[in-house]
Amino acid sequence: MTPFTNFESRLIKLPLNNVDTDQIIPARFLKTTSKQGLDKQLFNDWRYDAAGNPSPEFVLNQPESQGVQVLLAGDNFGCGSSREHAPWALTQWGFRAVISTSFADIFQQNSLKNSLLPIIVPPDVHAELFAAAPGVVVKIDLPNQTLTTPGGRVVEFPVDAFSKHCLVKGVDELGYILEQAPEIAAYEAANPASIDARA
Amino acid sequence: MPRTIIEKLWDSHIVHERPGAPTLLFIDLHLVHEVTSPQAFQGLRERGLKVRRPDLTIATADHSIPTSDRSLPIVDKIALKQLDQLETNCGEFGIRCLGVHSSQQGIVHVIGPELGLTQPGMTVVCGDSHTATHGAFGALAFGIGTSEVEQVLATQCLLQRKSKTFQVQVEGRLGAGVSAKDIILALIARIGIGGGTGSVFEYTGSTIRALGMDERMTVCNMSIEGGSRAGLVAPDDITFEYLAGRPHAPKGAAWDAAIARWKQLPTDEGAAYDRCLSIDADTLEPMITYGTNPGMGVSINAPLPEPSQVADPMARDSITKALAYMGLEGGKPLLGHPIDVVFIGSCTNSRISDLRTAAGLLKGRKVSDKVRVMVVPGSQEVKRQAIAEGLPEIFRAAGCEWREPGCSMCIAMNGDQLSPGQYSVSTSNRNFEGRQGKGGRTFLASPLTAAASAITGVVTDVRTLL
Ligand code: SF4
Repeated sequence: MTPFTNFESRLIKLPLNNVDTDQIIPARFLKTTSKQGLDKQLFNDWRYDAAGNPSPEFVLNQPESQGVQVLLAGDNFGCGSSREHAPWALTQWGFRAVISTSFADIFQQNSLKNSLLPIIVPPDVHAELFAAAPGVVVKIDLPNQTLTTPGGRVVEFPVDAFSKHCLVKGVDELGYILEQAPEIAAYEAANPASIDARA
Repeated sequence: MPRTIIEKLWDSHIVHERPGAPTLLFIDLHLVHEVTSPQAFQGLRERGLKVRRPDLTIATADHSIPTSDRSLPIVDKIALKQLDQLETNCGEFGIRCLGVHSSQQGIVHVIGPELGLTQPGMTVVCGDSHTATHGAFGALAFGIGTSEVEQVLATQCLLQRKSKTFQVQVEGRLGAGVSAKDIILALIARIGIGGGTGSVFEYTGSTIRALGMDERMTVCNMSIEGGSRAGLVAPDDITFEYLAGRPHAPKGAAWDAAIARWKQLPTDEGAAYDRCLSIDADTLEPMITYGTNPGMGVSINAPLPEPSQVADPMARDSITKALAYMGLEGGKPLLGHPIDVVFIGSCTNSRISDLRTAAGLLKGRKVSDKVRVMVVPGSQEVKRQAIAEGLPEIFRAAGCEWREPGCSMCIAMNGDQLSPGQYSVSTSNRNFEGRQGKGGRTFLASPLTAAASAITGVVTDVRTLL
C-alpha cells in the first residue's frame, strides 16, 4: 500500500443521509472478477440517465467536481452491503477521504484497507462544511488527525492507532497478520476444529 | 465477572492481543461465494500464499446464478465467467465448492446451517453482510470485505475491535399473522438503520425463545439493517434439536461433549450490556417498508410519514427523496397500493418454514393475474424438502413461479429483476433504490404479507385473509 500523505482539496457535497453501497456501486456491476475499472460505475444510477448519458445535475458530473478528492456526505455513509467494490470505486474515481458524522462499520473497515480515509466530524463541523462556499478547500493531516475547515478551524478526528500506522507507513495488514503465524499455530493446536468442511 | 454470550465468544477466539493493535481473532468457519472472492484469491496468487484452513472453508454459488432450469447454459457471459472462476479458484486452493450443479448448492446463509457447519460457539465470517444469520445458533457471525476474505483465506484470522453489546429483549406472544420478520422490521424502524452501528445484538426474551431456528435466522439475518454487524441468539434445546443428525454436526460422544460446551454459552446471570431495548410482541402488527432503506417501515395499517412534519432538514430530504423515488405520498397508508411482483425468497425468508407459511395461505387460492409471483427456495435441500411436502404443486396451482435456488431478485444480479417503476412486495432484506432492478420499488414484508398481497394484487393486511 502506498503511504497516505497530507493533502488539501475542494469538497464534493452529497447532502443525503444513509447513502448505501448499492448506490455507491449497484449490484449488477459486481459480476466482475477484477478490482479495476469501477470508477465509471461509481454512483451509476444517480450519475447517468436512462440512455446512459451523464446527468448534468448530479454533482459528480459538474465541471468543478473534477479533480476533487474529498466527499462530504450525510450521516451513516456506506450502509448496507459489505462490497469492497464501494471503496474501490470511490478511490479509482479519485477520492482519498469521505467526511461524515458516522460511517457503517463494514464500509469504514473496507475504506481503511484501501487508503480511503473516513473522517468523522461532530454535527456542527459537518453543518459548517455543508454551508461552506463552493470552491473552498479543506486540509487533511492524518499524522496529526486534523481537518482544517475553509474557515480555518482545526478539528481533530478519530482514527484508531493501528489503522493510522498502516495508512501513514503504507503497511499492509495481511503482512502483519502473517508475521503472527506462530501464535496462530499455537491457538490451532489448543483448539482443534469441530468440523471438516471438505468431508 | 458475569459475561454476555457476546463476550464469551470474543474471549474464546483471541489468538493474541498486542498493544496498539486490534485483537487477532480466530475464525472457525469461512463461507465463500462468487461475488466477493475472486479478487481475494487473486491476491493470494500474487503473494504466493495458500489457503491456511481449507477444512474450515466452504464455497457456494448463489448471487449471480440463474434461477431458471439448471440444465440450460448460462447466457450471461460475465456471470458465467465469475461462476467458473469460483470453481477454478476452489479447485486450485483445495476448497470444497457447492457450485452451479451441486445437489447442495444454495444461498450461502442457508447452506451453512442446513449442513450443520454453523454451530454454537463459533466465529463465522463471509464476504457478505448478512452473515449475521448464523448468529441464530449462538455464533459470532459477521460480514467482511474482500481484503478481509483474503486475510481469512491466508491466515484464518482477522484483526478485530471489540463491539459494544446491545440486548434486544422481545417478550410476549406474536398475534396471528405476525412473524419473525415483523419483529426485526419493527426493531429497525425503531432504532433506524444506523442504530446498532458498533454493536452486536443479542436477541433475548420469551418471544425469541419460542421461535424455531428458521425464524431466529430471519431475525438475526437483518441485524445489519439495524447497523449491527452481528446479532445472535443463545443456543437452547431448539438449537440442539435442529443440529442433531445434520451432516457436519458432531456425532456420538463428540455430540454429548459439544452439548455440554454449548450449554456454557448463554449470557451469565447479572451480566451487563452496553445498551438494552425491549419490544412488546403482544402489540406488534405486520410490518412493511415504504421507503428506500429498511428503517423506513411502518405497521401495515399505519400512515406513511409526512415529510413536512420532520424537523431535521437532511432527514426530511431523505424521506422526501424516498417517497418521490417510490412514487408515494406521505400521510396515507400503503394498504391497497397496487403491486406488480411478489418475491418470496432470499437468505431472510427462503427456508422451509417460510415456504410452508406462504403455501399455507396460498393453498386453494389463486394469485392476482396482475402480479408475477416468484418463489425461490434458498437451497437445493430446501427445494427437496418442499417437493417432499408437495409445496411446489400448491404454488403452481396458485399461479406462482417455482424456481431454482439462489439470491435471485433479492439483489437482481442474475436477470431476475423488476422493470423501472414496478412495485414488489418482497420477503428479502433490502429496499435500497434499484436493489431489485434499476428503477424498481420494493416493499419489504413477511412471507405471509407477501402471499396475501400476491392473492389480492395490492398491499394487504394478511389478517383479513386468515
Ligand atoms: S439472498 Fe440477498 S441478502 Fe442474502 S446473500 Fe443473497 S444477495 Fe445477499
